[in-house]
Amino acid sequence: MGKNNYLKLLVMAAIIAVVPLIVSGDYHLSILVFMGINCMVVVGLSLLMGYAGQISLGHAAFFGIGAYSTGILTTQFGLSIYAAFLCGILFSSLVAVIIGIPALRLQGHYLAIATLGIGEIIYIIFNEMVGLTGGPSGLSNIPAFHVGGYPFSHSIQYYYLVWGALLVILWFSLNLIHSRVGRALKAMHGSEVAAGAMGINLSAYKIQIFVLSAIYASIAGSIYAHFVSFIAPNNFAFMNSIMFLMMGVVGGLHNIWGAVMGASLMTFLPEYLRVFKEFDILIYGAILLAILLFMPEGFLEGIPMLYRKYFKRGEA
Amino acid sequence: MDLQGQIIQYLATGLTLGSIYAMVGLGFTIIYNATGIINLAQGEFVMFGGLIMVFFTTTLGLPLFLSFFITLALTTGIGMLYERLFIHHPSKTAPLMTLLIITVAVSIFFRGIAMFIWGKEPYSLPHFSSPEPIIIGGAAILPQVFWILGLSLLAVILMNIFFNRTITGKAMSACAVNRVAASLVGIDVSKMVLLSFALSATLGALAGASITPIALMEYDRGPMLALKGFCAAVLGGLGFGTGAVVAGFLLGLIESFTTGFISSAFKEATALIILILVLFIKPSGIFGSAEVGKIKKI
Amino acid sequence: MNHKKLSKISLITAFTLFFCLSLTGPAMAQGPIKIGFVASITGGASWLGQPEKDTALMVQEWINKEGGIKGVPVQIIIEDSKSDASQAVLATKKLIDGDKVVAIIGSSTSGESMAMASICEAAKIPMISMAAALQIVTPADEYKRIAGTIESPRVQRPWIFKTPQTDTSAVEAIYAHMKKKGITKVGIVTVSDGFGSAGRNELKRMAPKYNINLVADEVYGPKDADMTAQLTKIRTSGAQAVINWSIGPTQVIVTKNWKSLAMGMPLYQSHGFGNKKNIELAGGSAEGVIAPLGRLIGWEKLPKIHPQYKVLSRYATEYEKRTKSDVSTFGGHGYDGLYLAIDSIKAVGPDRTKVRDFLENDIKNWPGTGGVFNMSATDHTGLDLSAFEMIQVVKGDWAFAK
Repeated sequence: MGKNNYLKLLVMAAIIAVVPLIVSGDYHLSILVFMGINCMVVVGLSLLMGYAGQISLGHAAFFGIGAYSTGILTTQFGLSIYAAFLCGILFSSLVAVIIGIPALRLQGHYLAIATLGIGEIIYIIFNEMVGLTGGPSGLSNIPAFHVGGYPFSHSIQYYYLVWGALLVILWFSLNLIHSRVGRALKAMHGSEVAAGAMGINLSAYKIQIFVLSAIYASIAGSIYAHFVSFIAPNNFAFMNSIMFLMMGVVGGLHNIWGAVMGASLMTFLPEYLRVFKEFDILIYGAILLAILLFMPEGFLEGIPMLYRKYFKRGEA
Repeated sequence: MDLQGQIIQYLATGLTLGSIYAMVGLGFTIIYNATGIINLAQGEFVMFGGLIMVFFTTTLGLPLFLSFFITLALTTGIGMLYERLFIHHPSKTAPLMTLLIITVAVSIFFRGIAMFIWGKEPYSLPHFSSPEPIIIGGAAILPQVFWILGLSLLAVILMNIFFNRTITGKAMSACAVNRVAASLVGIDVSKMVLLSFALSATLGALAGASITPIALMEYDRGPMLALKGFCAAVLGGLGFGTGAVVAGFLLGLIESFTTGFISSAFKEATALIILILVLFIKPSGIFGSAEVGKIKKI
Repeated sequence: MNHKKLSKISLITAFTLFFCLSLTGPAMAQGPIKIGFVASITGGASWLGQPEKDTALMVQEWINKEGGIKGVPVQIIIEDSKSDASQAVLATKKLIDGDKVVAIIGSSTSGESMAMASICEAAKIPMISMAAALQIVTPADEYKRIAGTIESPRVQRPWIFKTPQTDTSAVEAIYAHMKKKGITKVGIVTVSDGFGSAGRNELKRMAPKYNINLVADEVYGPKDADMTAQLTKIRTSGAQAVINWSIGPTQVIVTKNWKSLAMGMPLYQSHGFGNKKNIELAGGSAEGVIAPLGRLIGWEKLPKIHPQYKVLSRYATEYEKRTKSDVSTFGGHGYDGLYLAIDSIKAVGPDRTKVRDFLENDIKNWPGTGGVFNMSATDHTGLDLSAFEMIQVVKGDWAFAK
């Protein structure tokens, strides 16, 4: 992990620490909590897509597995929150391995389609296993997160939890990218054949990254469940998977920081558009299209590029 | 109702659903072949087809036959406009992943527009012919079902003739195989891409206009149809039109028979499990050959 | 660090600053009495949210024309939950935190209401849901206790109320009607969303009480296009009647399918069927459909001395004049919620705790569109079976079922 990234992480930590001094109120902090949760999922997707070159069309399912694992285990089996968190992680890794091994051995984008199918199946399971999941009516009264018997009663605590966890995830991911695994993935992105010839075990690396991204999504899902205290299958359907993808693409998939930016912007935008009442779906779509059309490489690369294009024509 | 009657009834239901999935799946395939893009706004074509038809028949009171063709024409126009505005320019530089997300953004945008024009309520259309069911072997089948089946079969046959017998169709198939080579032999690839969106929109409109009398239509029906159609396209071997059509019908039949003989709670799960099994056992889809089935890099 | 990276970092910083600045709103000054209103105006349940929103706008106009509450104008702050629980949560927090509302009406669906309820409980703010599930107003433990039995809850969540008739009452009204008709074997078909699954639950729970035997239990998705297969299965199960439990387009599709199959058994719909648009959309297929509906449907046929007559005639005529669309029970749920809140504030002032106490203890024989409300510590819905009339579609119009 380069010096540059350490600096960025430090800057980010500083921002995280300072933001609550400026932003107050449950509502605004809640937006930030949702933002952090989305960031976690999208960072995993960015690793998978930007670095391992694979697409998942079913990440909302892993998000859901995390949420339902903690939700079910804490409300119905009286498990402690930490144990439930771990179970969620184990469970989603297991599912990821089961889909990943056959799908990633194949050439091309079978993972995309396999994740789509599995995602939908998991969604149906959430809907149909009424005894455990509460079915479409959802699962309510999920206890608040707590540390040593002190329950989190205010969004500020969740804010620090989520963004703290995100920092750890980012630190881990950046290290990974700059490690042997990351270099292997980069080689693979360039040419799978060449990388294979160099003796890189492609499918093993791909599966590792896929599982890791599923774990990130699961952690995010668990936090989501405790924060909202209510979950229903709707939040984990196909369109939600697409929304996560969209966040990544809007920010720029080839860079983890792009994922953070994209997820933040896309969580924040709908809230900002509340003032437009029902026009928001139209304006939201239009803004999204504008970003995609003018910044096809994402927000993070796009803005400096547009800036150079229009203001510094001579230098560029 | 005896077993034979039941089977005929499930068959009719399955084929009705299937023909919708088939047309959406075929629409997917046409655009995918020409551009490599998975057009997730495919379901919105169906929605526009239904709602525009409602506008001309119910609101303006035009005769059914006339408004049917106006609907097809207008939706085709929407498809072309969509390609020119949102796909044509970025497709030269943007990665395919971005293009996929553009189609999602377009679908959100289209839904927004439809919500403004038609509101959120569902709409219905008069049946193309009598609304009284015909009794066949103990099963009651609406004449509209025959319309849906007939129209979708006609569309599929026309598409087949177009792709295999006409120069333009063959040129489009050539784009699917190798775009660079196609442009080298003088095929206007950009025009072919435009044409693919036009055809795809027409198919969607056809499906939308014909199902609205029995299934109603509202502004946010699209995503669900897109998902089902996409499954059909994949199951049939992505990029293989006839495969998508057969797979679409198969999907409809699986759903209907699972409901009838197992449980309606698992109708979708059964279809999806079959999809996944096929993917793992025969990755090129049920009908795709290894060559066609090689999925393009998204 | 080169130029490009520097610009990236400055971009990030600018981005963050922008977030923070736009997140800090000015503090609220003394002004009108504020009531929050969360509804599924867009998304999957927009069917419910739209009439509710129209009603809220209309009520705001009415109350301010009358001079507000004791001279203070009322502001109803409408938020869209987009039919999504997390959006409902954010909207609720915005209303509590930013707008400092006295009470919250919402949301349209049970799922969203469940998510909102825990926030309102923690913030100690009265919430009146426009969704039907008993679960919303009942504590989880109590709900677990009565599940699988035919008992009613003995405790309610202190801050949470709701205006729609409970699913249980609707189910009981249907079963009572069936009993009268001598129907014992029934096939049910429900939509797999919050409304449908709550109904399915109650249908199964209450069946033994009325000696009803459920011979088929089928489901379908909220966006499914055809339910012929499900109905065919019910037809072969030996059922004497079908009950469909859904809202939105699917209830019309089921009606059409039922008609085209010529099933030879009556079709009962849930209390969600109460919108004339459904009859219109079904295009003749709805003939004979029976549903338990509140008196808002067919209010013209009520005697003028009926306690609800005044409320219903005013709401229905004004709503239809204003929106040019048929009145629906859902808008009525919003009306009841808003007026419950307004009447409480009128009586005790804009104090959250006092409003809650008033809602629980002093809403007696209160005529609303859904029925005559009688709230108590053990019943935060305040309506029973008598809120429903069994209505049948006859010649394209509502009529009292025999």
